[in-house]
Amino acid sequence: MQAIIEQYQDTIRTAADNKSPLQIRGGGTKHFYGNAPAVQPGAFLDTTAYHGIVDYEPTELVMTARAGTRLADVEALLAQHGQMLAFEPPHFGAAATLGGCVAAGLSGPRRATAGAVRDFVLGLRLLDGTGKDLRFGGQVMKNVAGYDVSRLMAGALGTLGVILEVSLKVLPKPAAETTLQFSMNEVAAIEQMNQWAGKPLPVSATCHAGGELFVRLSGAESTVRAARVKLGGEEMADGEAFWQSLREQTHGFFQSGQPLWRLSVRSTTAPLALPGKQLLEWNGGLRWLLDGDNLDVETIRKLAKDAGGHATLFRNNIARQAVFHPLEPAMMAIHRSLKQQFDPAGIFNRGRLYPDL
Amino acid sequence: MSAQALADRLRSFLPREAVLFEAEDLRPYECDGLSAYRQLPGVVVLPQTEEQIVKILQLCYATRTPLVARGAGTGLSGGALPHAQGVLMSLAKLNRIIAIDPLARTARVQPGVRNLAISEAAAPHGLYYAPDPSSQIACSIGGNVAENSGGVHCLKYGLTVHNILKLRVLTIGGECLEIGGDSLDSAGYDLLALMTGSEGMLGIVTEITVKLIPKPEKAQLVMAAFDDVLKAGNAVANVIAAGIIPAGMEMMDKITIHAVEEFLYAGYDLSAAAILLCESDGSAEEVADEIERIHAIMQQSGATGLRTSRDETERLKLWAGRKAAFPAAGRVSPDYYCMDGTIPRKRLAEILHGIDQLSQQYGLRCMNVFHAGDGNLHPLILYDANQPGELEKAEEFGGKILEMCIHAGGTITGEHGVGMEKINQMCIQFKTGELQLFHAVKAAFDPLGLLNPGKAVPTLHRCAELGAMHVHHGELKFADLPRF
Repeated sequence: MQAIIEQYQDTIRTAADNKSPLQIRGGGTKHFYGNAPAVQPGAFLDTTAYHGIVDYEPTELVMTARAGTRLADVEALLAQHGQMLAFEPPHFGAAATLGGCVAAGLSGPRRATAGAVRDFVLGLRLLDGTGKDLRFGGQVMKNVAGYDVSRLMAGALGTLGVILEVSLKVLPKPAAETTLQFSMNEVAAIEQMNQWAGKPLPVSATCHAGGELFVRLSGAESTVRAARVKLGGEEMADGEAFWQSLREQTHGFFQSGQPLWRLSVRSTTAPLALPGKQLLEWNGGLRWLLDGDNLDVETIRKLAKDAGGHATLFRNNIARQAVFHPLEPAMMAIHRSLKQQFDPAGIFNRGRLYPDL
Repeated sequence: MSAQALADRLRSFLPREAVLFEAEDLRPYECDGLSAYRQLPGVVVLPQTEEQIVKILQLCYATRTPLVARGAGTGLSGGALPHAQGVLMSLAKLNRIIAIDPLARTARVQPGVRNLAISEAAAPHGLYYAPDPSSQIACSIGGNVAENSGGVHCLKYGLTVHNILKLRVLTIGGECLEIGGDSLDSAGYDLLALMTGSEGMLGIVTEITVKLIPKPEKAQLVMAAFDDVLKAGNAVANVIAAGIIPAGMEMMDKITIHAVEEFLYAGYDLSAAAILLCESDGSAEEVADEIERIHAIMQQSGATGLRTSRDETERLKLWAGRKAAFPAAGRVSPDYYCMDGTIPRKRLAEILHGIDQLSQQYGLRCMNVFHAGDGNLHPLILYDANQPGELEKAEEFGGKILEMCIHAGGTITGEHGVGMEKINQMCIQFKTGELQLFHAVKAAFDPLGLLNPGKAVPTLHRCAELGAMHVHHGELKFADLPRF
């Protein structure tokens, strides 16, 4: 395995010397996500060769694996021990890797209660833009030695370095789960989801779509049973498949082929005054919007900003430009200077996150 | 610039009483919770508004004056230790809870607000702020962000980094950054994570939006006594293996049990080698279910004594002993030195054995309290500062413990921060490349190095000097560092 790292280091050093960009690629399942590569997209640095579980101790709640390990393999191993990645990352394809999962920083239905990818990253090993092999964080739950570079990598889309290994906190799978369904309009659903989130209830996921509110309960049998009585509603026959279809975006809502916006906003935000179908997750904190009317980008961005959040043109964006919400100048300056420190030659995934990163 | 000249400049835009520079006025600021390190600052400023802080930062930037931020001063690693020629900025007067949004479950607060005050203000809505460092009645939320503070409930509820949404941060140049958002994520790099635990080295936090969570309906506690530390460690692993994430899981060793039992009668078993306190919280059904399972697991793991709290009074009484561990240490010894390593839990028995050996070697007693759920160990080294050389011995003993933690795959600090105290051990935990990158991160925010200089990340020069003193097995550390 060390030979593979040395090979990556050679590739990086050569690219840095020539100032020629590199596209870091795992399973390629999230290749659609982010801006199109810069004018000169550059060669691929394939991370799939560096794979395998490094360490997994179920009773320590920590798993360390190489970036090229398939996400499906990681989850299968955890499941054998009754554990899971609680942030329910989307795979978007069988080839999805752990490194890609962390770099993309995407989390699934359980995010509002369990936390996001970044909340579970305990440590990682990465190659910076000069090919240096560096380790940050560790394999323990609490660690405040040095800046939290590990979490900084979550969602950085590979622009700061090549992730080699990741240590994640894992959690036990709940003993019981059930999904309740309620007919409810969007206004009422937003109020209801947030009311329940403020009560000690075992709600682990919520979704509002097509006039229906879906609520997943997770926990011990007795807890789920008691909460089911308190909340009412109809029990859904195949709740698991429903949440899976949201997580992987195989649900009918996502199949239109229209540009798909992801608005991350304050959960209590009123229904967005925009035409186009919408689907809500995370107690209303996540709004998926299908844009069939060629909506004004600035209007969408302003709505998201006014709601305390940001808007991403997630999928079916033909131009694949300006995907992410523009940053304020002072924030952009910090981003540029961090990029300069991690990747001085500017070779990693150039332009994928923002044009000049 | 002289302290007098600096004070004059500061008084041109700050009220007279907000600028201190007479020695007797500076004295209360000479140290934080780690009183072994003391230094009078040049000037102390006590701003009340963000506009005042901007001007202070701009003045420091223009005059190249070091600036150290301070919250409530309860930190245990010397992170708020003043700079002799610098400005010490206390944020204690920014102590307003700006707004609570019960439906969105958030609170917007100023950095000087006390940790517990947030939970108190949220209580009427059935909500609270989860991280509960032991100093929560006094420590400030701004300090919690700077240190990424934890508490006894963080295995289940997370650290500060998991419980904040947004920060307003001023750079040393006085520019304002809005980091994070009212949403669960934000565009660009996760600077919220980078800022949390950055020990005042990257910017000054002027406003924090925290998450509030529902108060559990019920909490109950199982106390289990063991005749062997290893068995207690295994019991913790068995609880986790059964799929239970306890709200709190604390361990005390024999010397601690005796010290606290003499201090206040908590009802602990004095014959035990270790005591575990395992708490469950949640809905009534959930707690009943979990407590029954925890009880059975403790029994199967060889507990020699078991007690389950029957009511709140008994639960709080059982906790009182654990919470009195530090004062008890202060009672059995004139001074104590608290360490903060984290280890993979499976290595607990060997680390405790190692600490015991060091204790004999240095002739200093050591009490061990352990956040067993998350592997965070707090050895309390007992010493007497009036005995010449004892403080130095205690520090050396502590340093050895931290080195053991690193070798066990852990870290030198779980929740107290590096500050001034553990700066040397950073040279052991990290290699040159990582330290260089830390300095680069710092430079991205504070290119002149004016914010809290000399803390948290050692210079390579310091590590090289240290390496020269401790060449381990003939390995020269920082071999790639130029030497002159």
